[in-house]
Amino acid sequence: MSVDTLLNDPRMKQFIEAETQKQRFHALVQNLSNKCWDSCIDRPASKLDSKTESCLLNCVNRFIDSSNYIVRRLDKQASVSDVSEME
Amino acid sequence: MDFGSSSPSSAGMDSHQRENIMGQVKQQVAVMQVQQLLESMTDKCFKKCVTSPGSSLGSAEQKCLAMCMDRYLDCMNVVTQAYSSRLQKEMS
Repeated sequence: MSVDTLLNDPRMKQFIEAETQKQRFHALVQNLSNKCWDSCIDRPASKLDSKTESCLLNCVNRFIDSSNYIVRRLDKQASVSDVSEME
Repeated sequence: MDFGSSSPSSAGMDSHQRENIMGQVKQQVAVMQVQQLLESMTDKCFKKCVTSPGSSLGSAEQKCLAMCMDRYLDCMNVVTQAYSSRLQKEMS
């Protein structure tokens, strides 16, 4: 069976897209876990205390904020340079 | 790429072929994810627990590794939940 046949099958396409999405989510969570582990965990304790938990929570949310901020700023800069190119 | 010995068909594929391939893909994805988890966990916990490698893995280091593994999983759970709820918020 060729890859073409595979990818042209509509149900297969749907399946691959869903799996890709799931894998992307998993990779992001893995990546974020590693980053936030580094910034929040000093010495592994016998229990995850509430201070560490809120650090992890903040870490995830600030990472997404940073990502959003960077996208917005780049977007703004791009539109500014578009305007200056037109002048 | 070979996905088994089923005969090739010109138009689409039968449901048996499809199920078979989906199962294989799911299994391969699961194996890959476990490998990724193992790699990260080993990396992080080795750094925390085996700071000066001796001639053997001592019992204190093993204890630390065991605890670290549990905390790494806790960490992943918190991150997964935080990320999912943030995604939901962003989408609404």
